[in-house]
Amino acid sequence: MADKVTNPEEPESLQPRKSRRGLWVGIAAVVVVGVILAAGFTTSWFGLAGSGSSAQAVTLNGAGSTFALPVISAWSTQYRSLTGVQVNYQGTGSGAGINAIIAKSLDFGATDAPLNSTQHAQNPSLLTIPESLGAVTMAYNVPGVPSHINITGTIIAGIYLRTITNWNDPNISALNPGVTFPDLPIIPAHRSDASGTTYCFTNYLSVVNATWASQIGTAKSVSWPEGEIGAQGNPGVAAVVQGTKGAIGYVELAYSLQNNLAYAKVENAAGNFILPTLDSTKAAADNASRTLPAGDGDWSHVSVVNAIGADSYPIATFTYLLVYKELNVYPGGVMTQSRAQTLVSFLWWAIHDGQSAASTLQYVPLPSSVVSGDVTTIQSMTFNGQSLST
Amino acid sequence: MAFPFRRGARGARRNPTGSTWGDTLFHLGSGAAAIVLLALLGLIVLVLSLDAAQSIGVFGFGFLGNRIWDPNTDQFGALPFIYGTLVTSAIGLLLGVPVSLGIAIFLAELAPASIRAPLTYVVELLAAIPSVVYGLWGIFVLVPAMANVVDPALQSVLGFLPIFQGPVYGYGLLSAGVILAIMIIPTVAAISRDALLAVPQSQREAALSLGATRWESTRMGVLRYARSGIFGAIILGLGRAFGETIAVTMVIGNANEISGSLFAPGNTLSSVLASNIREAFGLQASALIELALVLFLVTLVINAFARIMVWRVFGERGEAVS
Repeated sequence: MADKVTNPEEPESLQPRKSRRGLWVGIAAVVVVGVILAAGFTTSWFGLAGSGSSAQAVTLNGAGSTFALPVISAWSTQYRSLTGVQVNYQGTGSGAGINAIIAKSLDFGATDAPLNSTQHAQNPSLLTIPESLGAVTMAYNVPGVPSHINITGTIIAGIYLRTITNWNDPNISALNPGVTFPDLPIIPAHRSDASGTTYCFTNYLSVVNATWASQIGTAKSVSWPEGEIGAQGNPGVAAVVQGTKGAIGYVELAYSLQNNLAYAKVENAAGNFILPTLDSTKAAADNASRTLPAGDGDWSHVSVVNAIGADSYPIATFTYLLVYKELNVYPGGVMTQSRAQTLVSFLWWAIHDGQSAASTLQYVPLPSSVVSGDVTTIQSMTFNGQSLST
Repeated sequence: MAFPFRRGARGARRNPTGSTWGDTLFHLGSGAAAIVLLALLGLIVLVLSLDAAQSIGVFGFGFLGNRIWDPNTDQFGALPFIYGTLVTSAIGLLLGVPVSLGIAIFLAELAPASIRAPLTYVVELLAAIPSVVYGLWGIFVLVPAMANVVDPALQSVLGFLPIFQGPVYGYGLLSAGVILAIMIIPTVAAISRDALLAVPQSQREAALSLGATRWESTRMGVLRYARSGIFGAIILGLGRAFGETIAVTMVIGNANEISGSLFAPGNTLSSVLASNIREAFGLQASALIELALVLFLVTLVINAFARIMVWRVFGERGEAVS
């Protein structure tokens, strides 16, 4: 190496450094390896890894809906402190959750949109369990305009189809006597990622507006008209609304409340303007759930949007857990009797005690009519044909 | 440095203190590392191609020219995203490269030693900031500033140009380009600085001795000498701009459309992929993977191009810069 150096002053200064260089490389390597090892030790010391203390504890794995992520995470923490059972949940998105449960790589999947008819027909042994309810709010940022203005599904559709483009549109003013709307372009904001919130929102607009149904339709991600802003996740849409004058966006109730956004009263099927609250959403679910299918039935047409009832908030959605009715279907014996029993106990806890955690996160507790349906569904679960205790 | 192994005469011929055993090990080891890299590249392309096969079969080359992206009717085209990627990267280069070169020239040629080291450190620190932080800054600082100040000012002065017409959102191609400009500055500035430092001192001395001013000496003696290295730095910055995902997604507005206005929201290959891959299945998933393939191939070409440029300057002039 030294013979390559052409500058005559260099070799002297290089010589002592050369021997130390090896030392420094060694130290760096030791530090890197040390950090990795230390990470392993600290997690087990502080019990973060979860496997150290209770070796016999069962771990349940679930994945899917990001809509349901906050509530299932809260359940996971609570359920672990109660029973020692670890529930891992990853918000991979509803589509991924459905795919994974169909591939039998999860104990349960979670999704905002029910299985479609084809998926249900191909996987008749999957049970659908509504686990929580959410409301989608119309949040807006219009200087000088108070929160809780009145709005209808037709106007929302007009805004998102870009036929209503200014806040001083007479159709909006007519619904809100006494409110002066500025001459300000409307900037509609929507989700850029595929999402159950979008599914619920487009489902609502398709139900109340024929133009929307024919031009855009209902899906987790749709082809939006030009001139609209897309943002990632509920926090992203909330941030767009918060920071953009003239913006309107659809976000889950919790995010509107957390960000102190102004949001609208939406006209329901009975013609009343209803504020999104836990009660008005629960009313919607209560009224819509009189006709829910059985747990192993086809849920593809279930929707809580535009529900009947004088007090029902019209833009609401269930999120669902997906599990196998007969649990001894997993390859390689990963599903045992005790694991199946743990899963059933967790589901039972989630739809009963778990519902109080839901309301602190601004998810709506399931109405009793839905819970009783879930009870029947969970009681129908079996392992090797034997029913499991609840 | 030789290994303390003793072996046959064959080794002794080349190195009396040891054998070729260590060299063989060295060759095999580093060769294996290189092969792992090639194998990874090959596997990535293979897997992407397999997953994209459905989309390639359905849409063919029309995929590249189709403007429609509608998951509801299973119609997918890449054109708006290719457009968004190219436009935002071009804005990024246009704004980022002059600043980067200014930084590089200042650090290599003009800065007094006392501030050279701290400033170099700060530039390198910029490269370590996670892109999501740039994105958050974009949402809360850049976008409101663009919507309230920069965009209206551009519109009032240069509004006769189609690219500065139309409604102002704050979220859009221009904001994404500005974020990219900031994000490529550390890369471009650091490598350009290295290229400038690689210029022999004699170049500067020669220019100055001929009576050149500092600027003339830098322009003719230094910049010209280092131009292929600087070019390589720019190409690397372009690769970074092409691939950047999160920060762009957060400020570009995510609209799958092609608009003549830079104020309009758009989308890039990587941002549409990041937004939609988690919930996609069937043909949409395949089409998204094909977008990844398109992006991968574009990035591959750009990186190969940059490598050749970097080799030209670093390879020819030895290890003066490392």
